[in-house]
Amino acid sequence: MIEINHVNKWYGPTFQALKDCTTKVAKGEVVVVCGPSGSGKSTLIKCVNALEPIQEGEIILDGIKVNDPKTDLPKLRARVGMVFQHFELFPHLRIIENLCLGQEKVLGRSHDEAMAKGAKLLDRVGLKVHANKYPAELSGGQQQRVAIARALAMDPIAMLFDEPTSALDPEMISEVLDVMVDLAREGMTMMVVTHEMGFARKVAHRVIFMDQGEIVEDALKDDFFGKPRSDRAQKFLSKILSH
Amino acid sequence: MNYNWNWSIFFEPAPGGTGTYFHMLLSGLWLTIQTGIFAWIIALIFGSVIGVLRTLPSKTAYWIGFAWVEFFRNMPLLVQLFLWFFVLPELLPRSWGLWLKQMPNAPFYTAAIGIGLFMSARVAVQLGAGIASLPRGQKQAATALGLTTLQGYRYVLLPIAFRIIMPPLTSEFLNTIKNTAVAITIGLIELTGQARSMQEFSFQVFEAFTAATVMYLLINIVVVTGMRFLERSLAIPGYITGK
Amino acid sequence: MFANFDFDVIRRSLGYLFLDGMAFTLTLTGLSALGGIIFGTLIALMRLSGFKVLGRIAGLYVDFMRSLPLVLVIFWFYFLVPYVGQWLTGASRPISVGAFTSALVTFIMFEAAYFSEIMRAGIQSISKGQPAAANALGMTYAQTMRYVVLPQAFRNMLPVLLTQTIVLFQDTSLVYVLSMPDFLGAASKVAQRDGRLVEMYLFAAVVYFTISCAASFAVRRLQARISIVR
Repeated sequence: MIEINHVNKWYGPTFQALKDCTTKVAKGEVVVVCGPSGSGKSTLIKCVNALEPIQEGEIILDGIKVNDPKTDLPKLRARVGMVFQHFELFPHLRIIENLCLGQEKVLGRSHDEAMAKGAKLLDRVGLKVHANKYPAELSGGQQQRVAIARALAMDPIAMLFDEPTSALDPEMISEVLDVMVDLAREGMTMMVVTHEMGFARKVAHRVIFMDQGEIVEDALKDDFFGKPRSDRAQKFLSKILSH
Repeated sequence: MNYNWNWSIFFEPAPGGTGTYFHMLLSGLWLTIQTGIFAWIIALIFGSVIGVLRTLPSKTAYWIGFAWVEFFRNMPLLVQLFLWFFVLPELLPRSWGLWLKQMPNAPFYTAAIGIGLFMSARVAVQLGAGIASLPRGQKQAATALGLTTLQGYRYVLLPIAFRIIMPPLTSEFLNTIKNTAVAITIGLIELTGQARSMQEFSFQVFEAFTAATVMYLLINIVVVTGMRFLERSLAIPGYITGK
Repeated sequence: MFANFDFDVIRRSLGYLFLDGMAFTLTLTGLSALGGIIFGTLIALMRLSGFKVLGRIAGLYVDFMRSLPLVLVIFWFYFLVPYVGQWLTGASRPISVGAFTSALVTFIMFEAAYFSEIMRAGIQSISKGQPAAANALGMTYAQTMRYVVLPQAFRNMLPVLLTQTIVLFQDTSLVYVLSMPDFLGAASKVAQRDGRLVEMYLFAAVVYFTISCAASFAVRRLQARISIVR
C-alpha cells in the first residue's frame, strides 16, 4: 500500500531531515512510528502524501509514485486520510461543514450525500449532538475525534496520524485512542506517529524506531518490545516506559 | 477673533442656482461616498489577488506581489493621480488618449481607479500578513484533504484571514474615503472641494469647513459602526481572532 | 512614444526643482516629523497618564484628526492660523504667517495624532517591571519616563516612526492645494509654464519613488539590525 524507498530529504542546503529511509506498509497493516523529538518521524509521514517534498528516493502509494511531477496530487491526497497533532479543524466552519467540505469540493459529492455521510461518521465518533457547533466550542479530545471523522469521510484507503494525542490533556487521550483502536481492528491501513506505546502494544503490527532522520529499527511488534536490537531504541524505550 | 460668523449661510442659495449651500455640501458628500466605495471595491479586488500572490511559494508570484506593493506605496497618491490623469492619455495611442481625455466624469473614474490601486497595495499587505499569521497546519490540513491550492484559499485560508484582518481593513476603508479628498487636485468636486467652493463664494470659511468636518465625522461613525456590526455577525463562536 | 519628449526641460529646471522645491519638501518633512514626534509623545503620555479627563481629551484629539482628510486639515489651518496668531499676539487684524509656517503647523498637528499612536504602542510594549524598577530606585514619574521608559519605547519604535516619516514625506506633496513651492509644486509650475506635463510629472514620480524606496530599504536594514541586537 505504502512503499518508501531510499528517501533523502534536506531542509536548506545543509540540514538532512531524512537519511535513506526505506520501509513498507502493507494493506490492512498498522505501523507505529516512534522516536525522540526531531528524529524525522513527522517529516517522514508528511512525505507520504507529499505535504513535504523529498529530494531523493521514491514514495509509492497504492501503485502511484507520489514524487512524480505528473501525479495529480490533490486526487491522490484525497484518498489518504491525515490527522494532525493540532487537529487543524477549520475554525470558521461548523463541525458538520468541516466533514462536508472535502467530500463536496474534492470528491464532488452532493450536499445531501455529504451531510448523510458526515452525520453517520459523527455518530460513530460519538459527537452527533455537536454537529452544528464550531470547533472552538469543543474540547481538544472532541476536536481530534472530529478530525478523524473528517478524514474518514473521504473514504480513505489508508490513514496517517501525526502525533494525534500529544497536544491533548491526559484525560482526553483515551477517547481518541479508542477511536483509533476500533479503526485498526476494522482493518484500516494505518501509519501512526505516536509515543503511546500502549496503543502500539494493543494494535500495531510493526514498530518503526527513528533517530536523527534514520530508520534505526523496523521490527514486528513483539520483537520490538521484547528485545530491541539497537542501543538507541533500548534507551528510548526505557525512558518512555519508565514513567 | 473678529470673524463674522453666519451660520444661516447654509440656507442661502448658492451660485449656480442648484439650491442652497447646504445642498452643495450634500452633493459633495454623496460624491465622496460614491468615489470611496468604488475605489474600495477596486482596492479589495486587486488587494486580495496581490495579497494572495505574496503568500504563494512561487518566486515569480512573490516578486509580482512585491513589485506591485512597492510601486503603489512609494509614490504620493497625488502624484499617482497626476500620472493617471495627465500623463497616461499622452502615452497611449492617439485615439485612445483622446477618448480618455473626452470621457465624461473623467475625474471621477480617475480618482476611483487611482485611489483604488493605491489602496490595493495596503490591502495586499494586510491580507498577506493575515494569511501568514494562520497556523501552517491549516494549509496542510486543506492540502491533505485533497483541496487544490485555489480551493484551499477559497474555502479555508481566505475566510479565516479576512475575519482576522477586519479591524485593520476598517481603517483602510476609512483611509480610502479620506483619500478621495486628494482628487480635488484633478477637479473632482467632492466634499472637501464643495466646502472649498463654498468658502470662495461666500467667504464664510469656518462655517464651510465645520460643516465638512462634521460630515466626515459622521461618515467615520457610520463606517465604524457598520464594520463592527459586520465583524460581530461574522465572528466565529469560541474562536478568538488574532490568536 | 517617447519620441517627442523634451527631457531637456528637466535638466534646465534641475536647480529650481531641487534647491528650491526639494529643499522645501525635505525641510517641511524633517521639522514636521520632529515636531510631530514630540507633540505625539506628549499626547501618548496624556493618554496613558491615568488622569481620566486628560486621557479623554488626548483620545478625542487623536480620533478627531484621524477622521479627517489631510487636505481638509490643510485648508483648515491655512485659514485658522492667522486668526490664532492674532489672538495670541493681540494684534488688531489676522496676521499673515506665510505658507511654510502654516504648512508646518498643519503637519505637526496632523501627524502628531499618528505618531502618538505609535509611541503609545511603544510605551505599552515596555514590560511593567521597568517602571517598577525605576520607581524602586526612587525616581519620580517624570524621571522614570524620561530616562527609562521613553528611550526604550523610542528605540523599539524607531523603524515604525521612520516608516511613518516616509508617509509624511509623501503627504507633504499635498501642500500643492495651496500652490506652495514644494517639490511637486515646483515641478508643476515648470510643467505648466513650458507645457511639459508628461515629462515633469513622470520625473516627479521617479524622484519620489526613488527616495521613498531607498528610505524604506534603509529602514528595513535598520529593523533587521535592531532585532538582532535585541
